[in-house]
Amino acid sequence: MQQIINFIIRNKNFLLFLLLFGISILFTIQSHSYHKSKFINSANFLTGGIYNSVNNISEYFNLKSQNQLLVEENKRLRWLIRNSQITSDSTFIDSLSFSKSYRFYSANIIKNSYALTDNFLTINRGINDSIQQDFGVISSKGIVGIIDKTSANYATVLSILNTTSRISAQLKNTNHFGTLRWDGKSPEFSQLIDIAKIAPVKVGDTIVTSGRSSIFPKGVPVGTIESFQLDDAENYYKLNVKLFNDMTNLEHVYIIENIDAPEINKLINGINE
Amino acid sequence: MNNIFSIHTVRFFLLILAQVILFNHINFLGYVNPYLYILFIAFFPVKNNRIIIILLSFLLGLTIDLFSDTGGIHAAASVFIAYIRPVILKSSFGTIYEHQTIKFSSAEFGAKLTYFTLLTVLHHIILFSLEIFSISKIILILQKTLFSSIFTILLSITITIIFSRKTK
Repeated sequence: MQQIINFIIRNKNFLLFLLLFGISILFTIQSHSYHKSKFINSANFLTGGIYNSVNNISEYFNLKSQNQLLVEENKRLRWLIRNSQITSDSTFIDSLSFSKSYRFYSANIIKNSYALTDNFLTINRGINDSIQQDFGVISSKGIVGIIDKTSANYATVLSILNTTSRISAQLKNTNHFGTLRWDGKSPEFSQLIDIAKIAPVKVGDTIVTSGRSSIFPKGVPVGTIESFQLDDAENYYKLNVKLFNDMTNLEHVYIIENIDAPEINKLINGINE
Repeated sequence: MNNIFSIHTVRFFLLILAQVILFNHINFLGYVNPYLYILFIAFFPVKNNRIIIILLSFLLGLTIDLFSDTGGIHAAASVFIAYIRPVILKSSFGTIYEHQTIKFSSAEFGAKLTYFTLLTVLHHIILFSLEIFSISKIILILQKTLFSSIFTILLSITITIIFSRKTK
């Protein structure tokens, strides 16, 4: 017993180092698996509050470019209203609502990150604004990510620029679908894998969300095909997609709630059991 | 004693704030960021208890992780360099360290540069290996380590020169 205590006292530095290093590695491994990181996220009172007060000042610096983006969106929406009334009688007046089963919330990005391999954004909406995990996040130009952790007033968003992010997307012209992933390199490009070889893929084609995941409605723009190649097994295409969104310059985003999501998930889980 | 304590407390919080508000958002060439908070570990008094510096480094790293949603990578890298620091001190400052009379402000420039370089490169290698977490992307790890290290070393040397005037 005496020897054990002596050993601990003699090696206390090393043991403390091992303990703390082990805890850090544990947190790291947790953060690499989806929805597992429990404590270490920026959606808490302290970090959210600091980011919010800093953002209150820094949002003035890119007010001009953000205004430009909002004006462009307004222009597009007005164009849609005018054109949809002429061509079709079954579209919705508000083109943001894809159907009755989706609800939209607006939010501001208070922390953006795109230089890491696993990027998270922080937004100034939380449980008090009825935001929950697995809601989709889009901007005026396209897809941004999925809500990950929520606190009372803040939430973190798993960005599409995250190597653990998987989003179902498809070609706009046909219904061939695949999985949107990120290889961790450029914030301008994302990769769409597992597109069947039979699909008619052309450079410049538009990629949209497929609506298969009960998070995003069908048809949210993602990007255009920059280049494509067959994967190693030569059965599927791997597409390099240039994102519509400039992920390095985000301020105003919309959160999508799919009201039918619990029902859909219950049905799918019921089938799997 | 009280004075040293307050200096290091202020430095702790100032470096965290500067890191999360300013240095994490520089993104030079798209992804190169300096990690200047390790200055706290580098300038921690040599004479003090090693347990204190290991614990404080863990807290420092974890706070940075909390802000940047990175799990525990900063904590792991900081704890590692805090533990390995005596070895680096010995190899860069030589025998002066043995007598525990070292003063960072009066040390010669070459030794200081070696000290910073070793500390920064070790920290960044662990940081980026844990961040990318895949052996197959070793090129990306080394590339990020190299560029970020250069940035961090340049900035820390500059900051040391600017702030060391007062102590003379």
